[in-house]
Amino acid sequence: MTARQKQLLYVGAALLVVMSWTFYAADGPQTTAVLAGTVRAATLLALGAMCGMIGERSGVVNIGIEGQFLLSAFAAFTIASMTGSLFLGTVAGIGMGLIMGWMLAAMAVGLKVDQIIAGTVLNIAALGLTSFFYDRSRSLGMGKYTNIDLGPLAEIPLVGTVFFSRPPLTYLTMVLLVVVHIALFRSVWGMRTRAIGEHPGAADTVGIDVLKLRYFNVTIAGGLAGLGGSYLALEAVGTFSRAMSGGRGFLALAVMIFGRRTPFGAYAAALFFGFTTALQNQFQLNNTFDIPPQFVGMLPFVVTIIVVALSGLIGSMRDPAALGQVYEKG
Amino acid sequence: MSEVLLAARNVTKQFPGVLANDDISAQLRPGRILALLGENGAGKSTLVNILFGMYRPDSGEVVIKDEIVDLHGPDDAISRGIGMVHQHFQLVPPMRVVENIVLGAEPSKRGLVDLAEARSRVVELSQRYGLEIDPDALVEDLPVGMQQRVEILKALYREADVLILDEPTGVLTPQEADHLLGVLRELTATGLGIVFITHKLREVLAIADDIVVLRNGRVVGETTPAETNESGLAEMMVGRSVVLRVEKSAAQPADVVLAVDELEVNDDRGHLAVDGLSFEVRAGEVLGIAGVEGNGQRELVEAVTGLRHPLSGTMRINGEEVTNGSARDISKKGVAHIPEDREKHGVISVYSLAENSVLNRYHRSPFSLRGVLRRDVIDRHAEDVVEEFDVRTPSIAVAASSLSGGNKQKLIVGREFSDDIKLLIAAQPTRGIDIGAIEFIHRRILEQRDKGAAVLLVSAELDEILGLSDRIAVLYDGKLMDVLDAQDADRERVGLLMAGITQ
Ligand SMILES: Nc1ncnc2c1ncn2[C@@H]1O[C@H](COP(=O)(O)OP(=O)(O)O)[C@@H](O)[C@H]1O
Ligand SMILES: [Mg+2]
Repeated sequence: MTARQKQLLYVGAALLVVMSWTFYAADGPQTTAVLAGTVRAATLLALGAMCGMIGERSGVVNIGIEGQFLLSAFAAFTIASMTGSLFLGTVAGIGMGLIMGWMLAAMAVGLKVDQIIAGTVLNIAALGLTSFFYDRSRSLGMGKYTNIDLGPLAEIPLVGTVFFSRPPLTYLTMVLLVVVHIALFRSVWGMRTRAIGEHPGAADTVGIDVLKLRYFNVTIAGGLAGLGGSYLALEAVGTFSRAMSGGRGFLALAVMIFGRRTPFGAYAAALFFGFTTALQNQFQLNNTFDIPPQFVGMLPFVVTIIVVALSGLIGSMRDPAALGQVYEKG
Repeated sequence: MSEVLLAARNVTKQFPGVLANDDISAQLRPGRILALLGENGAGKSTLVNILFGMYRPDSGEVVIKDEIVDLHGPDDAISRGIGMVHQHFQLVPPMRVVENIVLGAEPSKRGLVDLAEARSRVVELSQRYGLEIDPDALVEDLPVGMQQRVEILKALYREADVLILDEPTGVLTPQEADHLLGVLRELTATGLGIVFITHKLREVLAIADDIVVLRNGRVVGETTPAETNESGLAEMMVGRSVVLRVEKSAAQPADVVLAVDELEVNDDRGHLAVDGLSFEVRAGEVLGIAGVEGNGQRELVEAVTGLRHPLSGTMRINGEEVTNGSARDISKKGVAHIPEDREKHGVISVYSLAENSVLNRYHRSPFSLRGVLRRDVIDRHAEDVVEEFDVRTPSIAVAASSLSGGNKQKLIVGREFSDDIKLLIAAQPTRGIDIGAIEFIHRRILEQRDKGAAVLLVSAELDEILGLSDRIAVLYDGKLMDVLDAQDADRERVGLLMAGITQ
């Protein structure tokens, strides 16, 4: 990031804080609702973006996040409603994410199928399977995950409610952001991962098994998307419905790119996109605009297009050099 | 200490269609430098890739420190003390020098890379061997010579006692190359053994203790610098006596054909690659553009041939402005182009030899009539090209991909030279082809000059530039350092200019 971009970012952040407080003073409940909605939407996007960045940092494009969200949400919901345990449901969602990650790896890394096609296969399979096996009569008898107050932190006005009085998977995501950041940029694994995404040949000549590491990373990353699915079904919504991922797996990729394939960058971007989603919800609730709700619902996607186009103008980041390419030895 | 550090014993390796290594034996002893000499395609890289565990031999043995070993991958070779500097550097450009050096063998604490420890080991290493380097620089910001130093340090960091260097001087200026040879000589003082691959005779004589010459995958000679000389080595390498210098008469320069003025061109990444170039080429002379690769040569050639639009400046051919002309507009003015990358821009490899022989003219009479190709005329033309330019092929119907590099190049030259040409733009015209074909193409280029064509020759091989040019322009960082008359130019002077040094 250049100094100028950083300046812009700080000015933007400061402006947002000032604005939020002004609105909060004017209308407390609504502001809180919008900001809480922001964090809620951002959590899913952040998990998807982390899944995407681990793949892309190792050179594998994952456009199957949408499908990974959906099928994992289904698995999480079904197991939770069968066992009555949200925890087991969450584990099932993560497990399903790992399986789908492994399938993507098997196709894209093992069989060297075109990565875009492999991801599309996941998306179509997830939509078909969940629609077919969807059982309307199921529900979560015990309800969804509830908020946990983090002691005195939760008492802070606005910030407390928005960040420190949240359900468990949201906290887990925040912890994972730090973990993934350290793993990617400080650990031996992270250094090797970045190397195989930039120059797999170089990694190979120093004895790093490129295909094995890509296989591993794409699978593990699937677990993050799986957690996203669990979050969606068991924490954000509390039920399962057809195609409930609603394009957010793709939005997560935009978030990842806008966040420069770093966890913290992605979270900032996720909060931004989450804000547009929450704002849009609030507009619809209040009937702010006298236009069909579908148009108001377009807001996050219109903003995505504008922002991605703009970020191309404001000094774009280079993709990992080996992104999307099959690695052949020798 | 072991008798034999590294050896190949009767190694054979078959690739689809080529026997790349045929019963090769060679050995390296501690403290010595073994030069592997051979033309392009002789099997040198294949052999060292086998010694490094990248490829497995079909038969034969690899010996490391007196022990027969079975290498399953580079890490097997690395752990036995073999280090390799590849022909194409194996570095991760956006990572730091220190990260590149320790990658794969990182000092770590609980899974986290211990960068402080890594940095201090790298600094210690670079001081011990006198290979100074900034450990925190990004590799992509380093000049090629420095990147090569990183590669050497990478091997030394892994405690290599054998260093294999595959064509290490190809990307260096002559002075940088000499410096490298000095460094390698010093390294052997500690007992390190070095395998040095090259096709440059001068370097072999300067540095080798033992020389093994390969041709067509076989060992065709073993000697030492004391027992041989350049022409002896060349003869072994090619299998017959060769003329190392082309005969040429004095140039008869006439009118200006190509005039380039204040030309600026961007590269693919949008950086200025050609920075305000002005020069002229006259009919009947060869202007050679010397320079280490990547100093704007490619962008210059692409601009002059209409493949890339310049940012600003003008280009004229015989007085007519062609600055924003298409490749076809320019070709119509009588411009022939031998492109740098023959696979990508020279031939269409799935097309037949006959079709390739008219790629620049198939749309014109007599090769087509009202939009329909006339196969009989094209075939006759192709037969002529094959005959006149000595293209070795079973027939004109085979796909271009089945020709060897040298024969593809002769086909391209034949196609481009069969019209009456005003301007010839030859980029790396003899890269990667055998000496026989090199001689042939050099003679043909001079023939065009003597018939009155203006020739712009771009080459990274200094010997080629010195041998063919009447005037020599040296390109550095997109700018012309100087333009010398051929008789004032020597290796030393041009080499310094190539490094951007004007005294
Ligand atoms: N991976 C490969 N697959 C098929 N053929 C190859 C491969 N590598 C090299 N060859 C062929 O083997 C021969 C020897 O190549 P190489 O060892 O690279 O020669 P050198 O390094 O001496 O120029 C050439 O004909 C080349 O085309
Ligand atoms: Mg080679």
